Amino acid sequence: MTTAALFVTCVLDVAAPDVGFDVVSVLEASGHEVCVPTGQTCCGQPAWNSGYVNEAAKVAKTSLDAMAGSDADVVVVPAGSCTTMMRLYWPQLFALAGDEPSAARARELAPRIRELTEVLADATTAATPPTQAQTSPVAYHHSCHMLRELHLHDAPLAALEAAGCPVVEWPDAERCCGFGGAFSVKLPETSVAMADEKLASLPTEATALVGADLSCLMHLRARAERQGLEMPVRHIAEVLAERQGGSARS
Amino acid sequence: MPPDTLRDRTAVAVADPVLKSNLRNAVDRFSTARERGLGELVDPDGLRHAARAMRGHIIGDWAPTLERLADKLLANGAHVCWATDADEANAYIRDVARRIGATSVVKSKSMATEEIGLNDVLAADGRKVTETDLGEWIIQLAGEHPSHIIVPAVHRNRHQIADTFQAEAGMVERRTEPEELTAFARTALRERFLEADLGISGANLGVADTGSIVLVTNEGNGRLVTSLPKVHIAVLGAERIVQTWDQADLLLALLARSATGQRLTTYTSVVTGPRRAGEADGPDELHVVILDNGRTGLAGTEFAEMLNCIRCGACLNVCPVYRQAGGHAYGWVYPGPMGAVLTPLLAAKEAEGGGPAELAGASTLCGACMEACPVEIPLQDLLLALRRKKATEGGARGEHAIWRAWSEAWSRPALYRAGNKAAVRMRRLAPVAAKLGLAKRWTAGRELPALGERTFTERWASGER
Repeated sequence: MTTAALFVTCVLDVAAPDVGFDVVSVLEASGHEVCVPTGQTCCGQPAWNSGYVNEAAKVAKTSLDAMAGSDADVVVVPAGSCTTMMRLYWPQLFALAGDEPSAARARELAPRIRELTEVLADATTAATPPTQAQTSPVAYHHSCHMLRELHLHDAPLAALEAAGCPVVEWPDAERCCGFGGAFSVKLPETSVAMADEKLASLPTEATALVGADLSCLMHLRARAERQGLEMPVRHIAEVLAERQGGSARS
Repeated sequence: MPPDTLRDRTAVAVADPVLKSNLRNAVDRFSTARERGLGELVDPDGLRHAARAMRGHIIGDWAPTLERLADKLLANGAHVCWATDADEANAYIRDVARRIGATSVVKSKSMATEEIGLNDVLAADGRKVTETDLGEWIIQLAGEHPSHIIVPAVHRNRHQIADTFQAEAGMVERRTEPEELTAFARTALRERFLEADLGISGANLGVADTGSIVLVTNEGNGRLVTSLPKVHIAVLGAERIVQTWDQADLLLALLARSATGQRLTTYTSVVTGPRRAGEADGPDELHVVILDNGRTGLAGTEFAEMLNCIRCGACLNVCPVYRQAGGHAYGWVYPGPMGAVLTPLLAAKEAEGGGPAELAGASTLCGACMEACPVEIPLQDLLLALRRKKATEGGARGEHAIWRAWSEAWSRPALYRAGNKAAVRMRRLAPVAAKLGLAKRWTAGRELPALGERTFTERWASGER
């Protein structure tokens, strides 16, 4: 059995704890034994993207220590943007902060850091579950980090289809949602305008707007709610857990 | 320089539905054309890699290429001005105009002359300056600046253009079809060409091997500007140089396809010296102003790759922020991702409100610009580097203090967990918090996110599965 150390993103911890349990159940269903290493906090991305290297490195170091200290086979991150930070930017972050030993550890850990749907795609080859009837079409938001940094375009779609959720055509599926971390409050009007364009072209046949990044989803949901748009906005783990009958919560 | 902040400008822009529709139509059209144009090539990404390597090679040691270009220009009979900054470039051009007694000046589109504010200098000196690129002429009539580096009037639709022609250019009978608008401009501009004593152009490339400058246009106005008046001045950004025609060939192929999807622009004009004895066309005098204006300061720095830019505008067309807000919201000459990087580097002076440094924040770091750039400039990385530069230069003490406090708390697991616990416990206070400070920036257009009753970490620790 593959062991998976779960990285609990800051947004998940406070704003979507139920999603955390859904992540655990889909991981277990795909043959993983899940642990949650203690001592982890945040990946440091908020400060990194704002230009504050030392502040970001100090926070990231606690999470690096916690995750690198685990002997699990993979570190699973249920967010494209945190995966990007940890796998692609941590080595540069620690190097810029002058912490070479941590940069070396980050480089060593990088291949073990996996985004959730990437792990599921790996697992499917081992034990492919029977594909379910395609009954719940969804619209999938290709977040920028998933698409352009991690190049994970197909993995989430495959996971959804295998769970019986055909992904419908959405012209704006690959357009940035406008969250952008601090951008969402530095240029709020533009951030909201970006969400509006994205939401405006949502296909009516979709039963939910699904994505792999809680922060994008938080922003899109917040705007959809303000507009009175009745479209459930859900993390991919929620949908997958529900379809496999493992979600007792949502 | 605009006195307000980036946020003020973008807020006004995104609230304008006509602007939004004009922008979306235009950038979608250009992006689709770009994809189609590059798609015709066997290995577009291979060409982009090659172009990046070639630009890096030239810019990595550009002095010999620049000197060789200048030598060849002189040998061809051109005059060369090395302009350290905008003032030197403007003074040189103003003096040429004075010496020849120019009363009427025609210009073809040039972002470099926008950068140095040339039109105002010449106008203040009593010269009548006419922009002859259709888009440039429209915005000149409207008293505006370009909102896009290759499509200066992209923010206006044909009805707005007709308004301007009626109000500012004596269009009597209102016409709104593109062909009619173009025909009107053509007639009006023809007179300007015929009366002009001085033509001023930019330059897309300088080719050192032959001492030539290359101009790409789609309207033929560039050719008239560079050949009809008796004197032609070209303003060349010092970094826009190649050594050989093979190198020029690669860049021109990528430039046209990335900008408009064309294999080549309608006109690719090569100017090699003034009119020679026995030639029918061309100016008696050719001047090339090689403009530094902060460019050499970037060589050898972490921002050096910005000097590779060939000004195709592809990054503007794919940028989701540009798409919403348009070019004027950036507040300086160069908009979009390339402008957000270049402007803070070239325009060192901070303006009232938010200076150019805040332009690094005009991005969600979505990476679409990097993917579109024909010379693979890592624009997203450079935007991040600019944010780091701004943070270390201490422009925002308050912001730094916030991040420091954040860092102290979130680097201590127990404190982090306690903070998250406290946040979910206090979620009933959310409606109050929503009315305060930074939260208001979120809640003006969005609901506050619902928080869990207990954090995931708490629940996991208590044995919940």
